Amino acid sequence: MIYFHLFLAFVRIGFLAFGGGIAVLPLIQKEIVDTYQWLTTTQFLDLVTLSELTPGPIAINSATFVGYKIGGVFGAAIATGSFCLPSIGFILFISKFLSAFEGNDKVQKIMKGLRPSVIALMSLAGYSIAQNGIIDWFAVGLSAVSFILVWKNIIDPIFMLILAGLAGMFYYR
Amino acid sequence: MDVLIKRKKGILWILFVSFFRIGAFTWGGGYAMVPLIQRELVQKKELMNDDDFINILSIAQSFPGAIAVNTAGLVGNRLAGFPGLLVAILGSVIPSFIIMILAATLLFHYGDLVLVQRFFRGATPAIVALIATGIFSIAKRAFKQRFDLILSGVLFVLVLVFDFHPFWIILIGALTGLVRKS
Repeated sequence: MIYFHLFLAFVRIGFLAFGGGIAVLPLIQKEIVDTYQWLTTTQFLDLVTLSELTPGPIAINSATFVGYKIGGVFGAAIATGSFCLPSIGFILFISKFLSAFEGNDKVQKIMKGLRPSVIALMSLAGYSIAQNGIIDWFAVGLSAVSFILVWKNIIDPIFMLILAGLAGMFYYR
Repeated sequence: MDVLIKRKKGILWILFVSFFRIGAFTWGGGYAMVPLIQRELVQKKELMNDDDFINILSIAQSFPGAIAVNTAGLVGNRLAGFPGLLVAILGSVIPSFIIMILAATLLFHYGDLVLVQRFFRGATPAIVALIATGIFSIAKRAFKQRFDLILSGVLFVLVLVFDFHPFWIILIGALTGLVRKS
């Protein structure tokens, strides 16, 4: 039964995962933390950090993590596979109508229209993570410094994450 | 015939190895993987030319899913049909899968250690910063139109205050995009 729910949750996430990368996080939070309550908010934060620190797409890393926690290695395979299913469906569909899809005006319009949606959903993820993760002035400063360093391309995001983690190890003694 | 089968087996192996390598050595997913995929498939293996690749890339972003997985599937499907699709996607996913299971196992064992908790506590503000840079880089393109700015705000309120499911947020964006003139 748990496998069936993992399947449902991650097919849904895969079906709505527009924008790539961290844009998938709010969807995962909605399904995994709010709807199914498989992770607490703190565990979700750990999941996000771990997904960023390990190579590969964040959505795949998250699916594997959640599936593994809920249903072991098999659960991880179910969650990851389910996330990919909508992609596979779309690819097969598109390859049948490729000429209609390529450079299609309507598709372009929809993709542009989705930007505000992606911005709103990512803002939600940022907001709720900030609410739980930015708990003192040290965290505020760390966040601001990280933003500037990454936005100005001074530091690679993953390296920044490790530095911030190390800073946390020293500060929160 | 024999040659064709041999070639096909060869291409499946090449697809698997190429996307395995891409999956194992790119962090962050999404657009971070694009240059690596291009180097691997266009420049090193010469499986397709630049125009083909750019075409596939723009299609890969026009439906949901991880961009790396979508790109892998489209490339695999074009070069070797459905088996190619499966092999390429498996290749791109398996490294993440294995590494994440190892990492999660470590976290479940050592997550209670104070040092580990402090590390995650420090990393979280940086995650917020990373998300903010992600939002900013999309907003930079989107907010050239006032309508997008307002719609983003409205959708954010809908999802935060009124607890709308992301599905409706996606649907509203897609529909307004379809209806709008420019």
